Amino acid sequence: MKDTKIQIPLTKDVIEKLKAGDEVLLSGAIFTARDAAHKKLHDLIKRGKHIPLNLKDAVIYYVGPTPPPPRRPIGSCGPTTSSRMDPFTPEILRLGANAMIGKGDRSDEVRRAIKKYRCVYFLATGGIGALLSTKVRSAKAILFKELGPEAVYKLEVRDFPLIVGIDSKGRDIY
Amino acid sequence: MREIDVSKIKDAVSELCLKANFELRRDVLAAIKAALRKEANGRARNILKSIIENAKLAKKKRLAICQDTGVAVVSLEIGQAVALVGGDLKKAVNEGVKEAYRKGFLRKSVVDDPFLRNNTLTNAPGIISIDIVQGDRVRIAVSPKGFGSENKSAIKMFNPTASIGEIKEFVLDTVRRAGPDACPPLILGIGIGGTFETAALLSRKALSRPIDRRNPARHLARLERELVKDINSLKLGPMGLGGRTTALGVNIMESHTHIAGLPVAVNVSCHVTRGAEKVL
Repeated sequence: MKDTKIQIPLTKDVIEKLKAGDEVLLSGAIFTARDAAHKKLHDLIKRGKHIPLNLKDAVIYYVGPTPPPPRRPIGSCGPTTSSRMDPFTPEILRLGANAMIGKGDRSDEVRRAIKKYRCVYFLATGGIGALLSTKVRSAKAILFKELGPEAVYKLEVRDFPLIVGIDSKGRDIY
Repeated sequence: MREIDVSKIKDAVSELCLKANFELRRDVLAAIKAALRKEANGRARNILKSIIENAKLAKKKRLAICQDTGVAVVSLEIGQAVALVGGDLKKAVNEGVKEAYRKGFLRKSVVDDPFLRNNTLTNAPGIISIDIVQGDRVRIAVSPKGFGSENKSAIKMFNPTASIGEIKEFVLDTVRRAGPDACPPLILGIGIGGTFETAALLSRKALSRPIDRRNPARHLARLERELVKDINSLKLGPMGLGGRTTALGVNIMESHTHIAGLPVAVNVSCHVTRGAEKVL
């Protein structure tokens, strides 16, 4: 598949059609979260607290954007290294998230969790954050605002270019 | 003595932080364009094209090339005939960093302590190194260093009798371990010799040399060329998705060392290896 357009919410039906290596253009609302936000979510879950984020069918993007310059919704916003989120990922998927966006490969545990919960891991190209910012229509910090660039933002993206890194069968592009 | 007010240093640091984050180094951009001409892998070609497009857009719209606008690594070479007046030098450098990261809408990625991890919200302090040199000028170089690649850097203390082959294998292994995470195609700065810390510092300085300029020593220039070839034979490719473009350049800097040792530091840097400099 080349440049297939897909729309959020991603149904299991759409996810299961994706194969590692497919190139897609993703549109809809996604949430950002990187190291510190994952750690905070994990601590809340561990303590049995309410998670102030609806993870059901959520798409999580590992990114810490630069602040928005005037008249732009967001600054540069390319992916960060996914493997740093590996220890937290199986839990996030268990709680309902069904897709992640980042760069680089993942651990065996993550690959197994992706297969178990029939999710998908997308790759975005690293180091082209200015270009990717043109695919973001709006951005709003919704959680852990004190974390600055590491806060959770809700992004509205249109035709965000991605490659399927690990598909719902556990097949891996690497 | 030639007097230079530290406010001039502050202004220069600020200007260089912005320039480095918005404008990809000319030598790096040229190397990416050259790589595109030689690359046969379709996906690798697309990635290289988007890197070029991104650099153009960033420069035109004054957007950060990459969202990891790094920790500001500031190197100062201060002529011994210069008197710095008007305030504290390091404070002036950090004021310059703060100003640029605020005005340029750059990301604040610095935390105050490795364990407490409170974001300073200014991107200061920078990482500052100072050399005293001959003359009456001040050279200021700023390299914003992102941590996707920095995290993959490595150092090893070899025996003095180690072969070139063993050292090459260490470099290749560092690149393999870096894999797709460090955003290949990569640029490597390699510091060889000195002590543990000189090797690391040299490896970082080596990244600042234009990648189309070889080490003046013949045996080291040859090693640089051989390493580029060996790394590209790994076929890791742009973003680790295959292709012949894995290294854009390898720069070595060397130093005298001890009879018992041969330190080798490999500083891994991504395709957004940034830098800008100015002489006052």
